[in-house]
Order: sequence, then C-alpha cells, then structure tokens
Amino acid sequence: MGSIISVKDMCLWYGDYQALKDLNIEIPEKSITALIGPSGCGKSTFLKTLNRMNDLIPGVKITGNIYYEGTDIFSNDVDVSHLRKEIGMVFQHPNPFPMSIYNNVAYGPRTHGITRKVQLDEIVEQALRDAAIWDEVKDRLKKNALGISGGQQQRLCIARALAIQPKVLLMDEPTSALDPISTSRIEDLIMELKKKYTIVIVTHNMQQAVRVSDYTAFFLLGELVEFGKTDDIFSQPKDKRTEDYITGRFG
Amino acid sequence: MRRICSRPSIFCFGDFIMAKKKKTSTEQVIHSTEPQGINLDHSKKKQILENIVHGIFLLLGLIAVGCVLLITVYLFISGVPAIHKIGIVDFLFGREWASTAADPKYGILPFILTSIYGTAGAVILGVPIGFMTSVYLSKIASPRVKSVMQSAVSLLAGIPSVVYGLVGMLVLVPGIRKVFNVPDGAGLLAAIIVLAIMILPSIIKMSVTALDAVPKEYEDASLALGATPIETYFRVSVPAAKSGIAAAVVLGVGRAIGEAMAVMMVAGNVPNMPDSLFQSVRFLTTAVASEMAYSSGLQRQALFSVALVLFMFIMLINATLNFFLKRDGNK
Repeated sequence: MGSIISVKDMCLWYGDYQALKDLNIEIPEKSITALIGPSGCGKSTFLKTLNRMNDLIPGVKITGNIYYEGTDIFSNDVDVSHLRKEIGMVFQHPNPFPMSIYNNVAYGPRTHGITRKVQLDEIVEQALRDAAIWDEVKDRLKKNALGISGGQQQRLCIARALAIQPKVLLMDEPTSALDPISTSRIEDLIMELKKKYTIVIVTHNMQQAVRVSDYTAFFLLGELVEFGKTDDIFSQPKDKRTEDYITGRFG
Repeated sequence: MRRICSRPSIFCFGDFIMAKKKKTSTEQVIHSTEPQGINLDHSKKKQILENIVHGIFLLLGLIAVGCVLLITVYLFISGVPAIHKIGIVDFLFGREWASTAADPKYGILPFILTSIYGTAGAVILGVPIGFMTSVYLSKIASPRVKSVMQSAVSLLAGIPSVVYGLVGMLVLVPGIRKVFNVPDGAGLLAAIIVLAIMILPSIIKMSVTALDAVPKEYEDASLALGATPIETYFRVSVPAAKSGIAAAVVLGVGRAIGEAMAVMMVAGNVPNMPDSLFQSVRFLTTAVASEMAYSSGLQRQALFSVALVLFMFIMLINATLNFFLKRDGNK
C-alpha cells in the first residue's frame, strides 16, 4: 500500500527543548495508524505537525521534511488553509462551536467558498451520515450544538471535519473524554471511515490501538522507537522498550 | 454532646465527625473532657464574632442600596409635581425651553433628542473603533503591544471629563469651524466626537475581556478546518463573545448619556432642537447642570423633572446591560 505522508529526518524544538528527534515514518494510505507512547513522548506534537497546527505555538522550530502526496508541507508555496482542508483534525475534547448543529458542519464548506443552500444541505447531511450521527440530530439541526451529549458532540466534530472532504483525518485521543459506550461507537465509526480516509490516531489506550489500528507507531521521549503492523508490534515487538511499554512495565 | 452550630458548615460537620470518632475509643473519651470544654467556649466566641462581622458587612452593603433608594424616591418626589403642572405631553414633547422668559416654556424635547442623537452618534463613531481595537488587542497584538496599549486605554479612562471638554474646546471646536467652514464649531458634532472618545475605554476593556474568555479550542477547531486567523476571529471568536460585546456597547451608551461636563463645554449649550450636526445644543445632563444654580420655583422643579427623565433613561440602559450579562452568565 502506498504512503500518503512521509516524514524524513524531522526534529522539533520548543525553544531549547527538543520534543521530537529524527523521525522517519511512512503513513500508509486508507488505513489506521495509531500513535502510542507514554505522556509527554511527543505523539500529540507529532500529530499536530502533520497539519501544521504547531505553527501557532511561539518558539517552535522544525527541521527535516514532511511530504504530503509528494509535496513538502513546509515549503513556502504551500497554502496552510489548503493543507488543513486536505488533512482534517479531531481534538481530544469535543469542541463544537457555540452555534447550531447545522452551522457547525457547514462552517468548513462555507470557509472554502460553498454558499449555495442546496449544496450545503447535501454536504451537511452526508457528513452527519458518515459520522453516524444523522439519525440522532436530523430533527434538531437548528439547535445549539452545545446541547447534545459529549459522545454526540465528538461525532459532530468528526462530521465537521469530514464536511470539507479531507483525505487524512488526524485524531488526538478522540475518546479520552468519553464514556465506554460513546467510545465504542466512535471506534466503530473510525473503522468505517478507513474505507474513504487515511486516519492517524493518538491514543493512550492500548486496547484501542489493538482494536482499531492497522499500523502502530511507538514513541518514547521524542523518538520513534518502533513502527509496524499493529499485530506484529503487539505480538512480537522488536525493541525491548516497546515490549516493556505494551506489557505495562512503565508509562 | 452539645455543640454551638447554628448553620451547617463544613467546619461544624468536621468537628462532629471527629467527636464521633473520639467517642468510639474509650481512651480518648477520658482525655477529651478538658479539650472539649475549651473547644465549646472557643466556638461560642467565634460564633459571636462571626455574627458581628456579618452584621457589619450587611450594614455597609445597605449603605449603597439605601443611597439608590433615597435618590430614586427623592427624584420622584421632586420631579413629578412639575411634570404634573406642565402636563406630561407639553413637558416631554414641547419643542421650546424658555425657563426664564416672561411666559416660561418647559418643553424638553430638544434635550431628549439631543441626548439620543448625541449618544447614538457617539456609538456609531465609537463602537466600530472600539470593537476593532479590542479584536486586535485580544487576538492579534503581541503580548508587549497588548500590555502597552491596554495601559494607554486605562489611562484614557482615567482622564477627567473636564479635560476632555477643555481639549475639545481648544482643539476640536476651532477645528470643526475651519474644516466645515461654519460660524461656530461648538455643537452636536463636537459633542459626538468627544463622547465617542470618552466611551472607547469602557467598550475596549469589556470587549477584550469577553474576547479573551473565548475558549482556545473553538479557534483551534476553526483553524484546523482551514479557516485563516482573521476568518476565525470574526466567524468564531466574535460570535462566541457577542453577549459580552453587546454589554460593552450598552455600557458605553450609559456613559455617553450620563456625561455632563465635557459636552457642556463643547456643545454650545443652547436649548435648540438638534436640527443639524453644527447646531448649538443642550443635553439632558447639561440642562440640569447649567440652570440649577440660579433656578427657582417651577423652573427648579422642572429641572428635577429633567433629571428624572435622565434617570429613567439610565435605568433602562442598566436593565439592558443586566439582561446581556445574565444571558452571558447562563450560557
């Protein structure tokens, strides 16, 4: 399977502190890649680098290259808005805008210039269907999005991300703030989404990584220790540190 | 076991549990007789002190409430008779104010309209500037620029209104006369400009607070969807802060309508209908301030009625402000 994102010798500093060290990784297309590792190991930082959300943090310096479909995302010709349209993101805590459910989903398409009502209606419905929340909210699209449950809010955020038709979806611990039932619904949804999208998911929950992902990358102290098929990583890790982590010896 | 504990507080509850624990151990029961006596005395004293402090706070709090009540009652008692004598329609909608003429006229429509136009003008001029400034300060400016500019805004709020009036008189009034080529620069336009500057600090400070309070997660979500920072501020941050910004505008309106000194110095202070921007006009506030010193009889009573009308306006504005703030709090 071809890779959609390839990272070459990437390092990242917050001021003087080096958070990521010489990362090399190829993220396969239309599959789920899980990033695991103890807190502070750099996995979220790495995720945020892929759609350049780290640009917003003062003092961040990045060396090396990340290629998305062959284009260096740090090159001056790259329009960040366009990059983020291609590489969508779902955050750790559900963060719908304080506006109606409809407007939440329509926000992205409107940003990218779609104003026709009919077309917007279509996109909103499709995105909500893809995020498996359409049936629950179709009768209250005009209601404030803050009024639905946390699990629904997170699926709404996924719908919002899908509405701009990205190719890659970055998810930063999308279920850590949710209850087990909402978590399992989102996991089902993630596995469904892999047919159309490439998904990179950060998770603290190793069972979750095993359940949903095809590939797993294990980070430790800013280094990529091991990357491979999830089955291989969890059944026969090559590195001692990976083994220690997945058997619960630290982290 | 007796305990002085008039209201259930965490402390009393804690003591209670501790006392219970003590009872279970025989050893401790023996030892606990003496400390308990001291404890009881101590808590009684504490309770009395508590009550006294409570009373003092209540008394101090009532001073402000009492003043408001006193002023309200006083204004109504002194303001209503003149309205009754003049007739409410003649008073509110009379177009002529000639309080010292042989046949005195007490129509305050010129003042009411001037106050409304002046305030509206100040809002039209001041709100866009204040709003844009607050978006810049809250979202775009670097921390250093922000701190410098915010101190400047605070300083602007601290300048006494007589200084605004003075600067307006010496700079603005002659300026308007030259630029627009009118015989006298003192008038509605000068007052509007001065008021617009005077309401800037309240609008900016309150809007910045509201915009700063918008959760960063909203903005991150918008940026992650490919919106530019400016799009994000105006389509996500500002709508999320709209109650606070609306409250800021209402606060500015309240300041503008209540201002007397500065407008008296630049508005010309003649009781004309505000027919043009360059007309010499008199506001509700300045109507009271400029005649009170030498007024007598019905004229004096009528001035109280003018103050009552102004008071009503301000009450209305405060009610609106509370409405916005409450709505913000309920979210």
